[in-house]
Amino acid sequence: MSLPVRVGTLLVAFLAVVGGAIFVVIHFFLAGPAVIDYTAGAASGPGRQVNVVMQEDAQNTVTNKPDWVSYFIQDPKTKQWVHTTLFRVPAGARVNVTILGYDGCTPLRNTVWGKVTGTIGNTELVDGKRVSVLDAWQTCSVGHTFSIPGIGLNAPMGSPTTVAENNNLCSQSPCTSGPHATMQFSFIAPTTPGSYFWQCRVPCGGGFLTGFGGPMQTIGYMTGQMEVAS
Amino acid sequence: MAIETEPGTSQVPGGGEPIAGRGERSWWLRPGVHTAVIGAVAGYAFGHWLGDTFSSGYQQLAASDTNDVPIVLGYIFMVIGWLAGLGAFNDLGRQMAGRPLPDWERAHPGIGRYFRYTLDHKVVGIQYLVGMIVYFCTAGLFAMAIRTELLSPVHHVFSSSAYVEIVGEHGTMMMMLMTSVILGPFGNYLIPLMIGSKRVAYPRLEALSFWLTPLAFLVLLSAILLGGFHMGWTGYPVLSVQDGPGADAYAFAFGLMGISMILAGFNILVTVICYRAPGMRWSRLPMFVWGILGTCVLMTLAAPILIGGMYMLLTDRTVQTAFFASRLGGSTYLYQDLFWFFGHPEVYILALPGFGIVCDLLPVFSRKPLFGYRVTAAGMIGVTLLSFFVWQHHLFDSGINPDMRPLFMLTTELISIPTGFIFLMAMGTLWKAKIRFTVPMLFCLAFFFNFLIGGLSGVFVSDIPADTTEHGSFFVMAHFHYTIMGGLIFAFMAGCYYWLPKMLGITLNERLGKIHFWLMFLGFNSTFLPLFAVGLAGQPRRVFEYARNLQTLNDWVSISSFFLGTSILIFVINFVWSTVIARQRAAANPWASRGLEWQVASPPPAYNFSRVPVVLSGPYEYGVTGAPPVADLNPPVGVLTEAFAGTTATGAEG
Amino acid sequence: MAAVSQAPAPAAGQAGPRHGRRIFLIWIVLALVADLLIWFVLGPHLPPGTMTSSAGEQQDAIRLMAVMSAPVLLLVFVYFGYALVVWRQRPGDEADGPPIDGHGQIQAIWIIGTTVIVLALAVFGTISLWTSHGSGAGQGPAPIYNPAGTVSDRSWTPGSTLQVQVIAQQWRFTYRYPQFGGFETTQLMLPQNQWVQFNVTSIDVIHGFWAYQLGVKADANPGVNNIAYTKPEHVGSFTVRCAELCGLWHGAMFNYGKVVQVAQFESWAAGTKTSLASITKLLPAYASTYDPTVIPAFRSGPVMKKLGLTSAGGGYYPPEDPVQP
Repeated sequence: MSLPVRVGTLLVAFLAVVGGAIFVVIHFFLAGPAVIDYTAGAASGPGRQVNVVMQEDAQNTVTNKPDWVSYFIQDPKTKQWVHTTLFRVPAGARVNVTILGYDGCTPLRNTVWGKVTGTIGNTELVDGKRVSVLDAWQTCSVGHTFSIPGIGLNAPMGSPTTVAENNNLCSQSPCTSGPHATMQFSFIAPTTPGSYFWQCRVPCGGGFLTGFGGPMQTIGYMTGQMEVAS
Repeated sequence: MAIETEPGTSQVPGGGEPIAGRGERSWWLRPGVHTAVIGAVAGYAFGHWLGDTFSSGYQQLAASDTNDVPIVLGYIFMVIGWLAGLGAFNDLGRQMAGRPLPDWERAHPGIGRYFRYTLDHKVVGIQYLVGMIVYFCTAGLFAMAIRTELLSPVHHVFSSSAYVEIVGEHGTMMMMLMTSVILGPFGNYLIPLMIGSKRVAYPRLEALSFWLTPLAFLVLLSAILLGGFHMGWTGYPVLSVQDGPGADAYAFAFGLMGISMILAGFNILVTVICYRAPGMRWSRLPMFVWGILGTCVLMTLAAPILIGGMYMLLTDRTVQTAFFASRLGGSTYLYQDLFWFFGHPEVYILALPGFGIVCDLLPVFSRKPLFGYRVTAAGMIGVTLLSFFVWQHHLFDSGINPDMRPLFMLTTELISIPTGFIFLMAMGTLWKAKIRFTVPMLFCLAFFFNFLIGGLSGVFVSDIPADTTEHGSFFVMAHFHYTIMGGLIFAFMAGCYYWLPKMLGITLNERLGKIHFWLMFLGFNSTFLPLFAVGLAGQPRRVFEYARNLQTLNDWVSISSFFLGTSILIFVINFVWSTVIARQRAAANPWASRGLEWQVASPPPAYNFSRVPVVLSGPYEYGVTGAPPVADLNPPVGVLTEAFAGTTATGAEG
Repeated sequence: MAAVSQAPAPAAGQAGPRHGRRIFLIWIVLALVADLLIWFVLGPHLPPGTMTSSAGEQQDAIRLMAVMSAPVLLLVFVYFGYALVVWRQRPGDEADGPPIDGHGQIQAIWIIGTTVIVLALAVFGTISLWTSHGSGAGQGPAPIYNPAGTVSDRSWTPGSTLQVQVIAQQWRFTYRYPQFGGFETTQLMLPQNQWVQFNVTSIDVIHGFWAYQLGVKADANPGVNNIAYTKPEHVGSFTVRCAELCGLWHGAMFNYGKVVQVAQFESWAAGTKTSLASITKLLPAYASTYDPTVIPAFRSGPVMKKLGLTSAGGGYYPPEDPVQP
């Protein structure tokens, strides 16, 4: 081949490689679910409060993994349920969390996570009743947990408690009706900005060896991050 | 079908003289990469369909979240389709049908033969060279992504899932594919030339070993499409059994590369044992060949264990066997032992070819014989043998039987003795030498600098009390990067600059080469030397969050790694520019080397030597007044038959 | 190392500079300075510090190996540096060097010298492992290096070995103190000057318990009890990180712990036992390993039984698979 042809082929090949690499990085490694922002609005300062509303469903109809359990977070401005597990709160604020538990009960792998820690008062409201310990092996009472290990927060989520309810769970998502339990608790967000991961501790990844695969290890389903913004 | 007692044309197994008679077809009608891709796609589709059909009725498989059977069967048939499309089975079919075997490529040399299933070992060497550079640079890009993420302990560029995928891709691509980074290009190309042979023992196995590598590379990259694998290159269960479908790609790619390693190693082993020219005694073998011999022994014996371990991992993932599930009678230690029984010889597969190259190059650029030939060869053999007895040092803290640990500490310490022989050779060869600072020599000297640091840090890690802090931290990472990248890759670069004039007939630009060397050497040391401190300060491997007081060190390391990456880019630019654009012709023996491969033209003719040479002396006789030439390239007719008849003709095997 | 103190016999009639002696002198001075610096100046600050017996032992081991490797490193670097400066090719000189292809005495000295150094290191390492009772490394379920003192998992008094079970799960370590009623907490508090036995196990994937300042590292394998010993000697806080890739948040799996005085530890333990009593009675009985895929029948209530929830696994293996002993 003559010199201009060789140079041209090289340039095309180089651009193809660079383009391909950039595409892979952007599409596969940098993409991710949306971050729900609770920092907008009220002025900062002590006494700042934000209300985070979430729900967890037994299945989801919005992704290509329909049988994966999943959390949804409600956008504070549009009140729409968004399929994400990433949210942002202001530093030092009091975060009031409400979670609607539409998923049935599953035993914990380690029952120590049935104890509520890290919330204000170390208790939570489950369907209006104040509880501090849930027994996930004895009673059908724990569906998932909302745990932020970095700040010592562990809040077991209630679930519908009867056999009939557990066999009749809401099958589309985000759920608007169906048997569910309502949890409420509050905690103080840390004062240093950063990102704190949160996870569920109930082994609800069905079809995995310890129940901790699949949705349990995929951001956007049962684990996510709380970003604390200054 | 009648069996011809007198076939019309001569048939030589393994390809012989070119046979006239078949019309020349255009390149797109002959099997090559393009038909291989078609075959691979068709094979994957068929395998996937087959897997879906087989596994549809089983409740057990339905209970598992993803049905991995179609994916794995898809990959298996993809390999078969790829090889069939490449024409790898064509000769087999011809032999079974009793038909003659054409040898196209030597009759019609052209650029197309590099994209086909060519049986010429020189073509396979060049294919490997380009392939290895592509694989190395891709894995290096992943490393750049890792260092970008580690610039800050709190601000994350990638999600933690993406980061763990990137770490796994980098590690697996390097550890799996760089096993053949020297053996593939330089071993396949040069070993027959170095031993005076016109061919290798199993050209088809050799070509097969190459053509499995792009497939292994692409299967490993396809893990990204399947969601990535999140257990790093070591693939420990239970995490690997529980991971998404990307882990199937990991296990399959690794196993496929294991097959490639066995084939490549076996081929060269038989070639060196059986195809040496008359006069090429074991004591006259270039030290590079000894290094490659050790590598081949390790590849042939250790890779099967890897394939076994990966196979068990795949069956645990697809059909719910319980090899690694402790509550059902399996054990996670089973995998760890199988993996590291391969894994330790694997790192010597990575180290020995580097030893071989620097042992070969140092005498050329010091103009002195290799110091202590027998001791150095014993070092290569010692490393090869001992490497099978040390693998538990990767498992010191895992809870293995504590009685075994001092034994493995002893064997691990002992392996540094034969490794030290290489340094004895280097120091002795440099004594009163006339050192020429060419680019290959610079890389050789850097090899010794880096490998010394790497080897000494290995002594630190082999001591069990010290290993308690160092295991799983960046100290170990710095150790193996110093030995593998500082050793193997620097030797690879030395080999490229040294042998590319021979292999491609062109010289690489010397000024760019020196810039490449200094940037790479300084960038490499600046990147990995602080990592010893980072590891000892408590930062574990594979983490995206680290202690804030280590941020300065990590930033220094990341910036240095960008310089290191730039130096590799300069190398690639130099390589591509010199081979495609500038094409400055090289002399036959620009380094005035006594190696047998340098006594033929650059690049060598189709069958390497017009006559099988008779070797008259070793390749390291520099400074010896009156030393005979390396070989007689035009021996008298009949010298071979006389040698086999037992008479002692001039220059024949005595 | 006197490997190159004798130069090979010079070629007949050559009275050149004594390269060997020069190299040796440069090397011995540098090696002595380096060794003294390492032993006295750097030594006390080497990781992982001296907070515990095992950390101190590891620091000693690293110091000794640094002192032994520095001369080796310097020998090769000094030799190479000297060679590259003195024996470079002079412009215009295309001749070869002298044909020295070996020197039996030097080879023998090198082989013997390296063997001796290596064997000494191996012996030293084994002895150090013995005297430090395993040097904080995980020894598996049947450890051979045990500190003296009574070991009971019913109660603890100062002078006996404190048992701490480290339960690794994705993505947090929890610590169970059997001698205090078996309460399980995410806080790790240890008493000063008391032997501690860590029983490390996992209930899902492989993790690695690495307490940096304590000098303890033990992998947590599911179904296996990995035992490591140490004796904290100074009060202070320490970091625990996971040292074996365990999934998505492996990098964020860390916590802090404290070594406190005995009295403070005892009051913390008594207080925690009381405050965690409500959850401790729900935990399974203390055992060296746990299998959460089998929930004992007496624990699960009627609703759970009716729903078929007798396992905290993922249903990967069907429940009728026989469990091996």
